[in-house]
Amino acid sequence: MLVLKNLLRSRAGAVGVAMLALMLAGAALVPVLSPWDGYALDFGAAMQPPSLSHWFGTDNFGRDILTRVLTGALFDLRIAVICVFGPMAFGTLVGLVAGYFGGRVDAALMRLTDVVWAFPFYVLVLAIVGVLGPSEANLYIAFFVVNWIGYARIVRGETILIARLEYIEATRVLRFGTFRVLLRHILPNAVTPALVYAMSDVVLTVQAVAALSFFGLGVQPPAPEWGILIVESIDYMREAPWMTLFPGLAIVWIGIAFSLMGEGLSTALKPKG
Amino acid sequence: MIQVILKRLLMLIPVLIGITLIGFMLLQVMPGDPASRAMGTRASPEELAAMRRLWGLDQPLWVQYLYFLRDCVTGSFGVSIFHKVPVIALVAERLPFTLGIVAYSTLIALVVALPFAILAALKRGTAVDGAIRQVFVALIAMPPFWLCYVLILWLALGQGWFPTGGVGQGVVQNIYRLFLPALVVGLSTAALIQQSLRAALIDTLKADYVDTARAKGLTGAQVFLRHVLPNSLISTISIIGVRVSWIIGGTVVVEKIFSVPGLGSLLIDAIVARDLPVIRGLTVFFAILVVIVNLITDICYALADPRVRLE
Repeated sequence: MLVLKNLLRSRAGAVGVAMLALMLAGAALVPVLSPWDGYALDFGAAMQPPSLSHWFGTDNFGRDILTRVLTGALFDLRIAVICVFGPMAFGTLVGLVAGYFGGRVDAALMRLTDVVWAFPFYVLVLAIVGVLGPSEANLYIAFFVVNWIGYARIVRGETILIARLEYIEATRVLRFGTFRVLLRHILPNAVTPALVYAMSDVVLTVQAVAALSFFGLGVQPPAPEWGILIVESIDYMREAPWMTLFPGLAIVWIGIAFSLMGEGLSTALKPKG
Repeated sequence: MIQVILKRLLMLIPVLIGITLIGFMLLQVMPGDPASRAMGTRASPEELAAMRRLWGLDQPLWVQYLYFLRDCVTGSFGVSIFHKVPVIALVAERLPFTLGIVAYSTLIALVVALPFAILAALKRGTAVDGAIRQVFVALIAMPPFWLCYVLILWLALGQGWFPTGGVGQGVVQNIYRLFLPALVVGLSTAALIQQSLRAALIDTLKADYVDTARAKGLTGAQVFLRHVLPNSLISTISIIGVRVSWIIGGTVVVEKIFSVPGLGSLLIDAIVARDLPVIRGLTVFFAILVVIVNLITDICYALADPRVRLE
């Protein structure tokens, strides 16, 4: 809650939150407000350009694109949030332990991050999904395997810096338990830069999830996931460019929203002085 | 200088071993038996047994790893099930296109980023600076695979200025034909370079030697071109080095969409065909490529900045 309050105080952060909220509200209200069904076929209404009744036009099956794009937000945002904040929780824990205790665990973690970071992100994610087979579950596995490392590395670095500070020394004098020091006194401070990083991670993850689905390796049709909407539009791109344009703009919208939130967070959480 | 390079080369050995280990684990985590997964249901038990022998799947795990390590060290990177040739033979045909796009896109990124970084640094804190930042934020927010189609729709199908994909003969033709794919990769790199170059320029403008140069009586433009810009550009080399893995990864999607016969389309084709040795060999090769390019940028950095050499 405190984070949200800080976030809303900066203009960039407030705009970002508003953009995200608007998208979520649209996704939540679309079953109530939209006169159209995102799945039902209506060949009589196929490939209509944007108009007052179909704001974003219709696709080759006569489905309303605005309805499908907003319904798709639930897929893309759910997957992106799981694929970013799941690995973030795990990576933060590993980074906290490695940074605080040092030694072999820490050395092993550093070598592991060096090696994993040599692999281009898209190559590793594609290879893992390619080996496991295309499905939404395997997409989660691939993102977990790749994404936690960045957080572990960031939180480790922060933990090492914070553990040297005087107030952590004080907890030793007070004979606080290690567990309490780590979770109550180091974690809240060490997690801040990880949170800023997570915002840009969401931007890239939304794109990667859509790209994998686009290549048939992630979410499977007929789900109105944005990558699927785009791949389904390619054959009709010439006659109905709005089919390609709007799902992509939805990704851009979410990308800008999270970039602004990241910008807002980093200014709001910067120590004053 | 030679010592620096030798030390870097020595440090590479554990990283390279780690890369082959991860490549090896990639097929180990796969559910089921790799041979039957690869051959499908049509294979007879004899064929499967032959496949297992060929891949060494009847051997203990560490022996299997040594086999794979041998394949990597001897340079074959395994044998494709689908093409029936060593992975390296497939890589050799396609590498020039991928490296070409990497170099071309980095050039485009510099051309796009440089003027905006300078403008933003000189007008820092103003509306111009803010507007430039927002444009680049929007640029990062565009998914590359979608941007490919927007550009195809607009510049290839609409204006007819560029082909919708494919490659031609020779360098000159490919500079034209690969412009759109390189542009898509370059625009996302440009955003990174613009941000870091702007910060570097602002830092350099505050440096003491810049004041000294002004005190000597050099004009603003002279100070900027001779002192501020060259020193700021050095830091951009290291940014490109850090981001090279991202740039190379970015070529994968773009190559497939523009039908460029590079490593990226090879990877996606191998995934679709479930050609497991190619997926593994290529993944390892990509990582080695990143490590080599990283090494080259490190050396360039050390050559450009004497302070690095003295460390």
